[in-house]
Amino acid sequence: LVMAVIKLHGHPISTATAMVLCCLNEKEVEYDFAIVELSAGAHKQPQYLALNPFGVVPTIQDGDLTLFESRAIVKYLAKKYKGQGADLLGNTLAEQALVEQWCEVEGHSFFPPASTILFQTVLRPLRGGTTDEAVVEINIGKLNKVLDIYEERLSKSKYLAGDFFSLADLQHLPWTQYLVTACKKGDLISSRKHVNAWWEDISSR
Amino acid sequence: MAAIKVHGYHASTLTVMVLCCLNEKEVEYELVLVDLPTGAHKKPEYLALNPFGVVPTIQDGDLTLYESRAIIRYLAKKFQGQGTNFLGSTLSEEALVYQWCEVEGQSFNPPALSIFSQIVFVPMRGGSTDEAAVEMNVEKLEKVLDIYEERLSKSKYLAGDFFSLADLQHLPCTHYLVNACGKGDLISSRKHVNAWWEDISSRPTWKINFT
Repeated sequence: LVMAVIKLHGHPISTATAMVLCCLNEKEVEYDFAIVELSAGAHKQPQYLALNPFGVVPTIQDGDLTLFESRAIVKYLAKKYKGQGADLLGNTLAEQALVEQWCEVEGHSFFPPASTILFQTVLRPLRGGTTDEAVVEINIGKLNKVLDIYEERLSKSKYLAGDFFSLADLQHLPWTQYLVTACKKGDLISSRKHVNAWWEDISSR
Repeated sequence: MAAIKVHGYHASTLTVMVLCCLNEKEVEYELVLVDLPTGAHKKPEYLALNPFGVVPTIQDGDLTLYESRAIIRYLAKKFQGQGTNFLGSTLSEEALVYQWCEVEGQSFNPPALSIFSQIVFVPMRGGSTDEAAVEMNVEKLEKVLDIYEERLSKSKYLAGDFFSLADLQHLPCTHYLVNACGKGDLISSRKHVNAWWEDISSRPTWKINFT
């Protein structure tokens, strides 16, 4: 009896899709990648909206379960496949709580300014608009404050939740990758000794 | 066993959400007041617990934990055997709980918080409400709530037919929208969203904080 493979609906260019792909690979899980042609507006067509009414990628299908929101997807994968691949959750209830804490920090303190910077410096010009430098500056200011806290944390802990690579670190991969490359804001990372060492480590997995 | 310590402020809805969760789970706790009006949350003593300088933070034995959504998740797991079951019964149900928790955090909360900030915080600090910003965020929230309406026409609660963390997470912001921002029509104009809101906001463990 062949078990149905997880179906991932997404696009390689989407950071949220990239995060789920990374998680599937870390957990050594087979999957079927169904490309959703974003440039053709496929994510707004009824066929896709039936899977994910928010009309964004990615969405996964695992048997009867249809699941969206990349952070919920990676959490589900980390739990379902806890026995194989990298353990992304931590072993004790306390460790798992810290993983959740730093996942929330990523989602609410890191992601908003980082994605705004990406939107302003890369996406907006790509769509024929102009970068609002004032908005970029405000968000760099916010990110600087957050990264100062990360620097302090990572001076005491190898990874965010503890001495193990977890979902919390994984969630930072796609956005930080864009910040460093396409947005040319690598100095935010490289100017901080421990954040830099952490970034070098997690981005070379 | 030492009771869980909650560092928070009684008028902070995120603190109230954690207290509500503790009550639903029938867990003993001690509320340690962090006096926000006097800036206690930005003092070194509090920053040592939570470097982000926001409430709430909990202490449970050796564990210090912040981010209200992470806190309620921890409590739901640690006390899974008692009180309200917030996580569903299967891995799939739990996954849907997390999905709708993320929807709250990424799609509902940002526009709701912006509206609250413009209508309440900005004037409180001597500025004037940016009506265009309010309108833009009301529009975003309308689109999200249309999706909720569709979902709740098929499902009693967001993740399924059981009250979960996902519904709990909506209590603080929606409370503000309805009671402090005058945007109750966003809820009351949608039949199923309204029924859901009436249901979850009348849970005694939530209501008791506002009497």
